[in-house]
Amino acid sequence: MANADRGNRPLSPHLTIYKPQLTSITSILIRITGNALIVSVFLIVCWLFSAATSPQYFTVIDSFMNSWLGTLVLTASLWAVWYHLLGGLRHLIWDRAIGLDLKTAEYLGWLVVFGSFLLTIITIFILW
Amino acid sequence: MKLTSIALFFLIPAFIFTFGSIIGEDHEAVVEYLSKPLPALIVALTLIIGLQHFQSGAQTLIEDYVRGRTYGMALLLVKVVSRLLMVIGLYSIAIIAL
Repeated sequence: MANADRGNRPLSPHLTIYKPQLTSITSILIRITGNALIVSVFLIVCWLFSAATSPQYFTVIDSFMNSWLGTLVLTASLWAVWYHLLGGLRHLIWDRAIGLDLKTAEYLGWLVVFGSFLLTIITIFILW
Repeated sequence: MKLTSIALFFLIPAFIFTFGSIIGEDHEAVVEYLSKPLPALIVALTLIIGLQHFQSGAQTLIEDYVRGRTYGMALLLVKVVSRLLMVIGLYSIAIIAL
């Protein structure tokens, strides 16, 4: 990796020997949750399309969403979207050059982790 | 990316409670609820801005990790999937609400 022809580009962290830190893990999780959310967007669009076109097709999609697998996917997505939102908010704060010192950055990281679970539980509690 | 994320910061909580309040209801109730202007608007805006946001995010992911011949294909796939889901979603909302 290091002797590759990379011109004047900076060397990115060698992930295999890079010590996992709260700040790096919480950051990569934003990317993972954001991209994984396309699964539930796909589900929701199918659900909308079926609601618009045929009650029979709607029953099929709806019963999948209410099955244990559908519930698992939607609940995981709920956590993912709250996590992504809070993590994104952290980046918007950092963009204003606030909270960049290590102590605040780690504190914000824990806030994102606990906040996402808390918001998920609150949402389920309200919507149940 | 920044603009869409600020918009989504407000839209996503609205969407969660809009969608969350009718998931599991029967067909008639869902259609009736989504015919109302505010829920229809929230769902439509979330789809447009959310998928725009996904497209730029997924594009960054591909630029970071995908090399060679698959690079162009992956970029195209992301564009097609985002646009297709957006169009189908908006079409559905239009049929329900109008």
